[in-house]
Amino acid sequence: MNPRRILIVEDDPHIRRFVLSALETEGGFIVFEAADAARGLTEAGTRKPDLMIIDLGLPDRDGRALIADIRKWSSAPIIVLSARNQEEQKVAALDAGADDYLAKPFGVPELLARIRAQFRRTAFDTGGPAYCFGDIVVDLTHRVVKRAGAAVHLTPIEYRLLVTLIRGHGRVLTHRQLMQEAWGPNYAERAHYLRIYMRQLRRKLEDDPTQPKYLLTETGVGYRLAA
Amino acid sequence: MTNVRPDPDRLLEVVLREEARERRGRLKIFFGACAGVGKTYAMLSAARQHRVDGIEILIGIVETHGRAETAALLEDFPLLPSRKVEYRGRTLAEFDLDAALALKPQLILVDELAHNNVEGSRHRKRWQDVEELLAAGSDVYTTLNVQHLESLNDIVGGITGIRVAETVPDHVFDAADEVTLVDLPPDDLLERLKEGKVYMPEQAVHAATNFFRKGNLIALRELALRRTADRVDAQMRAYRADQSIHYVWQAKERLIVCVGPAADNETLVRATARLAAKLHADWIAVYVETPALQRQPRAERSRILDALKLAGELGAETTTLAGADAAATLSAYAVSRNAGKLVLGQPRRRPVWKRLLRPSLADQLVAATRGLDVFLIRLDTTSPLPASPRVMMATDWHGYLWAIGICAVTTVLAALLLSVFDLANVVMVFLLAVVAVAMRFGRGPGALAAFISVAAFDFFFVPPKFTFTVSNTQYLFTFVLMLVVALIIGQLAAKLKFEARVAQSRERRTAELAALARELSGALTTAQIIDIANRRLDAIFQARSAVLLPDSREQVREPHVEQKAVRLADADLAVAQWVYDHQQPAGLGTTTLPAAAARYLPLKAPMRTRGVLAFQPADTALLDEPEEMQLLDTCVAQIALALERVHYVEVAQDALVTMESERLRNSLLSAISHDLRTPLTALVGLADALTAARLADDSRRELAVAIRDKAQRLTALVTNLLEMARLQTGTVQLKSDWHAIEEVVGSALRQMAEPLAQHHVVTDIPPDTPLCEFDPVLIERVLVNLFDNAAKYTPPGSTLMVKATHDAKWLRVAVEDDGPGLPAGQEEKLFEKFERGATESAKPGVGLGLAICRAILHAHGGEIHAENRAEGGARFVFRLPLGTAPQHIVESL
Repeated sequence: MNPRRILIVEDDPHIRRFVLSALETEGGFIVFEAADAARGLTEAGTRKPDLMIIDLGLPDRDGRALIADIRKWSSAPIIVLSARNQEEQKVAALDAGADDYLAKPFGVPELLARIRAQFRRTAFDTGGPAYCFGDIVVDLTHRVVKRAGAAVHLTPIEYRLLVTLIRGHGRVLTHRQLMQEAWGPNYAERAHYLRIYMRQLRRKLEDDPTQPKYLLTETGVGYRLAA
Repeated sequence: MTNVRPDPDRLLEVVLREEARERRGRLKIFFGACAGVGKTYAMLSAARQHRVDGIEILIGIVETHGRAETAALLEDFPLLPSRKVEYRGRTLAEFDLDAALALKPQLILVDELAHNNVEGSRHRKRWQDVEELLAAGSDVYTTLNVQHLESLNDIVGGITGIRVAETVPDHVFDAADEVTLVDLPPDDLLERLKEGKVYMPEQAVHAATNFFRKGNLIALRELALRRTADRVDAQMRAYRADQSIHYVWQAKERLIVCVGPAADNETLVRATARLAAKLHADWIAVYVETPALQRQPRAERSRILDALKLAGELGAETTTLAGADAAATLSAYAVSRNAGKLVLGQPRRRPVWKRLLRPSLADQLVAATRGLDVFLIRLDTTSPLPASPRVMMATDWHGYLWAIGICAVTTVLAALLLSVFDLANVVMVFLLAVVAVAMRFGRGPGALAAFISVAAFDFFFVPPKFTFTVSNTQYLFTFVLMLVVALIIGQLAAKLKFEARVAQSRERRTAELAALARELSGALTTAQIIDIANRRLDAIFQARSAVLLPDSREQVREPHVEQKAVRLADADLAVAQWVYDHQQPAGLGTTTLPAAAARYLPLKAPMRTRGVLAFQPADTALLDEPEEMQLLDTCVAQIALALERVHYVEVAQDALVTMESERLRNSLLSAISHDLRTPLTALVGLADALTAARLADDSRRELAVAIRDKAQRLTALVTNLLEMARLQTGTVQLKSDWHAIEEVVGSALRQMAEPLAQHHVVTDIPPDTPLCEFDPVLIERVLVNLFDNAAKYTPPGSTLMVKATHDAKWLRVAVEDDGPGLPAGQEEKLFEKFERGATESAKPGVGLGLAICRAILHAHGGEIHAENRAEGGARFVFRLPLGTAPQHIVESL
């Protein structure tokens, strides 16, 4: 397999420098860099990267607008870099088409883990009709969920919610995205429904619902199914 | 006792007066005996003279009355355009005060000081416009005729037969900086008149011809000369006092004039004003309201009140006293006010029978008091008065009907009793009835009852029955006695009732005032004061009111507070602004902006004016009653004081907050300088070590890990600092929604997984824990801080427990550990900024974490506290209000 190609769009040269060296030496990726949105768009178009890392605070343009532009023609995973306390920006970026986010400051191992998760997800998209995590097996063709071999009864909404999370697999899904998938567009503003069903799902699928291992909460942003 | 040192108080007063005069413009009056002596001409000539000196002069308003020589003088002076006012279909040219104030000339000429402004102007009188110009710092030249001086108005009227309605109070004339008498001998004036040089409106030619008779002119000239001489005399005396040439201590003379129901109160008041001026005395106009006077019809009362108002305008203090005995009340008041002279009006002729029956008020006073001089002013009772219609009040004839009815019932009762009792005893039943009627309905019905009783007794019970003839002369004596006793008892009963009523109303007022004072003293905010003022003024005066407060730019505004009580909604802010700027009442019933729908009073407190009270009583006649207005003044003073008190409380609080934040800043700086510098120094050192020598790979890794740890700690610190700053600015918007607490606990634990790796974490959140409304990011922050504390202050291997419980109102979350616990007695202090449990600073962090937790929970309407567990270890408990969770659709399975 050819080495994967990654594009990083970030205005700070030090961050760019350490991400570049870490990805090249530890991840074995081919890395391209851009310091602003205009250059980033050109690079994305010409280098055809397999994954993009985009900073939200770019000097010439809002990172979210860049994501929206790229999403018009590319489905490659996008990881967003942002500061803490910017939940709205994260949500906006995810709604615009980003797949994951990473709050600054972040460490190299964390970044690598996220990148790998994204690549696994894109690989899974072409995968089989059953999906497993922990001792849970979801048979997507027969709509059957089994935990340690025993069937678990899920309501239609619970099931739709679970499937939406599985399809996202490792991707952070915002409240709005989940509501829209599981309930339909009219319910997008009633996020507390989501919390109630997530609680029920965790009780049915997690060992300790208060310390979940798979159905993770991204506070203020949404939910994610851990790979 | 000559040539003593000047009294310091006196000197201070002089200095203050001089200072006030510096800021004020100077007023010069060109004073004449009558129209046509050349006042306007003299004024313009004087102004022309000044212009040579380069003084900026504006003609405010000048009437040339078509005289060519006067008009010639007006040329090339800047002329203020007059204000055109529509009034009853005519367009009138009025002096434009606002334009003049805006231009603020050094000297402005305003003709005819006594002019009455057309309705709808700011002030009713032109002299008030002039006062405002002077207050603004402009010098004013003006003209005045002697007949327009308030105190001489009636004398001039008496001489010439023409009373003018346009008057100027004497104090304006006396306070003028300069008065120039423009004199013209009567013969010359008559000459000018013949030549047609004196202006006369066509319709008034006849009256004017009468006016300009030589005898009149001589008298007027004498008055003008004498009035000017009086002024010069007063100036001379003031000069001597200032220079301390002659210094005699003397109690200030004080005069009391008693205004009564007599016809010619106005003459009495004016005469007293002149007397007071001559004696240089303060004077007080008093009206004693006796039971007899209280029964006066309204028109009569309002005439008395008019006289009091006139006295007020002439410079008197006015007051109303209540008492059954006028002489006793007056003499007591005179003693209390230390007044030595009393002025009374005496009708020219009192009927002989009245004189015999009761001595006059003057006689009673002379007999009752010592050391009180009584002056009698003869009043012309012949002067025609508009006959006041006797208004019989509804309750009155009700009273008479009741009197008749009760007598009828008594007669029937007496007839029944007669079978058992003697006739002599039955008489008593009638007396009882008369007393009852007098008590209930007053004197008139009481008297009627007395007569009816006697008649009924005679007709029905005295033989021969059913005739008014009396066979036994003994009964005649019974009748007379019965009548007299009935009348006396009736009188006494009525008087008693009146006094009870007066006492009652006085008591009610005192109680209301006390209640106002009590409530105001308990008020902590401006909004409370306004609410109390609205409510209490409504209770006391049946009035709607509004308190208007100035903003930072001294513009009076309706304050933005929730107002519950009955209040005046449509206060006129322009009037209020004027009142605030000039610190004088205006509006309804005053001579300034009288067209306003309410009275506006400045809320004067000792330090400054705090605002304006707009006051609109249901019955506007209330505004003319001196006692009511005195009560209102007391209320206004109380409200103003309360406003000032609250203002200073706020100032003090601000100062405290500033001090507190100053202290915080200092401790923040020292904490930061330590907690930031230490790890930064370490980072620099570690990085140096990494780059410098050739190191083994293990050592390199060790150094890199150390750098990473330090940087992580710095991140946490900076995050907390930023968070605190954000919370402190008060701009944090809670993004609250309905959330499950276990979700936030889960994500916080995940975030802290690394620091808590060596700890044993137990969660206990019951499945029935309801959703709760909060901002998940902030509550996660609270939990992260609490977990971070536990990680920092408990040894590895300790157990961390997170428990949630709830009742009907609160969701409680406890974070417990089995570590060393909190320092005893320090549990509360931990939540203060930059407080840390252990004084030694081996542990990183500036002690912001718990302060942030508390700020976040307060923003949510919750609470947090810390305690030591009985079984050892620390416990942090926070609670959030549960509220009512929204309904959700239950999915059919």
